[in-house]
Amino acid sequence: MRVNIDDYRGVWVYIEQKKGQLLDVGLELLAAGRDLADKLEVDLCGVLLGEEVKSLTKDVFEAGADKVYLIDDPVLHYYRTETYMTAVGDLVRKYKPEIFLYGATSNGKDLASAVATDVLCGLTADTTLMDVDVEKRLFEASRPAFGGNIMATILCKKHRPQMATVRPKVIKRLPLQAGRTGEVIEETINVKEEDLQTKVLKIVKDAKKAVNLEEASVIVAAGKGIKDEKGFAMVRELAETLNASLGASRDVVEAGICGHDHQVGQTGVTVTPKVYIAIGISGAIQHLVGMQNSELIIAINNDREAPIFQAAHYGIVADAFTVVPMLTTAFKEA
Amino acid sequence: MSERVKKPLHILVCIKQVPDTKIIKVNPKTNTLDRSSAPAILNPYDAHAVEEAVRLREVHGGKVTVLSMGPPQAKNAIRKCVEIGADEGILISDRRFAGADTLATSYALYKAIERIQKLEGVDLILCGKHAIDGDTGQTGPGIARRLGISPLTCVNKVAEVNRKEQRIQVHRKVEEGYELIESALPCLLTVEKEINDVSYSPLPNMIRAARYEPSIWTVDDLEDVDIKQLGLKGSPTIVGKMWPPEKSKGATLFEGEAGQQVKDVLGVLLKERELFAGKGGD
Ligand SMILES: Cc1cc2nc3c(=O)[nH]c(=O)nc-3n(C[C@H](O)[C@H](O)[C@H](O)COP(=O)(O)OP(=O)(O)OC[C@H]3O[C@@H](n4cnc5c(N)ncnc54)[C@H](O)[C@@H]3O)c2cc1C
Ligand SMILES: Cc1cc2nc3c(=O)[nH]c(=O)nc-3n(C[C@H](O)[C@H](O)[C@H](O)COP(=O)(O)OP(=O)(O)OC[C@H]3O[C@@H](n4cnc5c(N)ncnc54)[C@H](O)[C@@H]3O)c2cc1C
Repeated sequence: MRVNIDDYRGVWVYIEQKKGQLLDVGLELLAAGRDLADKLEVDLCGVLLGEEVKSLTKDVFEAGADKVYLIDDPVLHYYRTETYMTAVGDLVRKYKPEIFLYGATSNGKDLASAVATDVLCGLTADTTLMDVDVEKRLFEASRPAFGGNIMATILCKKHRPQMATVRPKVIKRLPLQAGRTGEVIEETINVKEEDLQTKVLKIVKDAKKAVNLEEASVIVAAGKGIKDEKGFAMVRELAETLNASLGASRDVVEAGICGHDHQVGQTGVTVTPKVYIAIGISGAIQHLVGMQNSELIIAINNDREAPIFQAAHYGIVADAFTVVPMLTTAFKEA
Repeated sequence: MSERVKKPLHILVCIKQVPDTKIIKVNPKTNTLDRSSAPAILNPYDAHAVEEAVRLREVHGGKVTVLSMGPPQAKNAIRKCVEIGADEGILISDRRFAGADTLATSYALYKAIERIQKLEGVDLILCGKHAIDGDTGQTGPGIARRLGISPLTCVNKVAEVNRKEQRIQVHRKVEEGYELIESALPCLLTVEKEINDVSYSPLPNMIRAARYEPSIWTVDDLEDVDIKQLGLKGSPTIVGKMWPPEKSKGATLFEGEAGQQVKDVLGVLLKERELFAGKGGD
C-alpha cells in the first residue's frame, strides 16, 4: 500500500446526487476544493455518478470545477456501496488524485469508507476545518471527536489520496459563475446487475416526516415558555416569515403541541443550521446536545439566568409574547 | 453459502469499549483527553446491535458471538454483551494492534472474522452506527469491503431474514425516509439507535455475565497476518494537533426596552439575509 506520492495530483470532490438533483454539500465542497486546488496549483475535479446525470455537469463547472469525471449507467440508478465503490475505486486507481473530499451524508460516508479500504488510503471523518501545507502538499483536516469534547487535526503523510468526509453546511458555497465550463471525462463501469448482491427494492418517503430539520439552514424552535398552541402559532408565524423550519423542545412535544418530528435534542434530531432561534427554551443539556453546533444561536427567554444563554451567541431577555410578534413584523418590513 | 442454509444462524457483533464521552474531561495543560476521568463502557450503539442480534436469534434460533479488539479491560464490555444475551465473546488483544486507525482496525477485525468463519461460519455481521469516542462510523464498511460482502449502513429495521434463500431485507434510513434493501447473506449491517430499545437483562444473564471469561486471541492466533497492516504501522492517518473547541463565553445579551431589543437582533439577522430568501426547510 506504499505509494509514490508524486504520482498523485489534483483535488477531487464527490458530487452526490439524488434522483438527478445535486445535493448542496457537493457545491459546498467545490468551494473548499477550489481553495485547496488554487493553493496547490492543480485542477479541481468533480466525480459524478448516476443514471442520466450528464446534464448536471454544467452546474458542477459553474460551481468551480475544472474537470468532471462522469459515469452514467443504469446500474448506478440507486446508490449502492458495491457499484459506487467499484466505480470510484477504479477512477482513483486510474487518475490518482492527491486529495478527495466527500460530503458526510449517509451515502457519502458509506462510500468514502468503502473506497478507503478498497484503495488502502487514509480517511478523515466528519471534517469541519480544512487547510493544506503547500510545501509538503499535506492536507490538514480537523474534526470534532469524543462527543465534541476535543478537536483533532488528522494527517495522512505517506499515503495517497488523502481522503476526508466533510460535514454539510460548514462551508459557504461560491456564487455560480454562469457560463463557466470545463472538460468532461466519461468512463464506464464494468458491473452487471445480475452479479450484484444488493437490490434497492424501493424508497419509502416517510409521510410523517414532513419536516427535515437535519437539512434546514434556519430553525426557529419553541420551548415550554410559549405555553400552548396559541404561543406555538406565534412562533410558527416567525418561522414562516424567516423561511425557517420549526423545532421544539421535548416538553412542547410531550404536551402534544406539535409532533415528535420537530423535537431537537438527545431523543430527537441533531441539527446544525446556520441560524437557530430558541424561544422559551431553558437549555437543558439534552436539548443543547441536539443544537449546540449551530452556527448562530439566538435565544429569547425572560429568565436572564436560563442556561440557554450560555450556549447562545445572542440573547434577548424578554417576554416572548411581546418580542416575537414585534420581530415578525419588523422582519417583514425590513 | 448453500451449506450454511442447513446450519444454525450465526450472528457476529463487533463491539468496542469506549470512555463515556458525556463525562470525559480535557486536560487543560496537555490538551489531551484525560481518559481516567471517564469510566469505560460498552459503546452505546453497539448495545443496540447486540440487542438486535439477540432478538433475531430468538426468532430464528442459532447463536450470537461478539468480537472486540482492545486492551484486556475490554473483557468488561464483552461481559455487558453477555448480559444483554450474547452467547460467546472473543477479544483480540495484542500490543501489535495498538494505535490503529479505522483502516488498521478493520484489517485486524477482518482477520479475526476469517478465523471465526473457518471455525463455524458466519451468516450476518452487525456493527454500531459509530463509536462515541473515535466517532468515524468507518469501521463497519471497512470490514465489509475486506470480506467482500455488502455493507448496509444506517439500518433502522430488519424486515426479514430468509434462511432458505440466505437473504435479508432491511430498512436503511436515508434523509427522506428509508430504502427497502435486499441483500444476499452474509452481509454486514451498521445499526441506528432507533432499531430497538435495549431491554433489561434477565437475572440469569447477569449471573452468567459476571462469571464469563471471553476467549482471548493474539496476532499469533490469526492466520496469514501481514503485520505491516496492523496497529500504528498499518494506519495511514495520524492524529496531529488536538485542542478543546472554543467554549462559548455566553451570549451577548440585549436587555431593556422591547423596541430596541428587536432592532438589535434584527441587525444580527439581517447580516444573514440571503439565508431567509430561499425556500424553507419544511
Ligand atoms: C433521557 C432524557 C432525554 C431527553 N431528551 C430531550 C430532547 O431530545 N430534547 C429536549 O428538548 N429535551 C429533552 N429532555 C428534556 C429536558 O431535560 C428538558 O426537560 C426540556 O428540554 C425542557 O424543555 P423546555 O426548555 O421547553 O422547558 P422548560 O425547561 O420548562 O423551560 C421553559 C423556559 O421558558 C422560559 N419562559 C417562560 N415563560 C416565558 C416567556 N413568557 N417568555 C420567554 N421565556 C419564557 C423559562 O424561563 C424557561 O427557561 C430529555 C430528558 C431526559 C431525562
Ligand atoms: C481524536 C481522534 C480522531 C480520530 N479520527 C480518525 C479519523 O478521522 N479517521 C480514522 O481512520 N481514524 C481516526 N481515529 C482512530 C479511530 O478512532 C480508531 O481507528 C478506532 O479503532 C475505530 O474507529 P472509531 O472509534 O471511529 O469506530 P467507528 O468506526 O465509529 O465504529 C463503528 C463500529 O465499528 C465497530 N468497531 C469499531 N472499533 C471496534 C473495535 N476496536 N472492536 C470491535 N468493533 C469495533 C463497532 O461495531 C462500532 O460501533 C481517531 C482517533 C482519535 C483519538
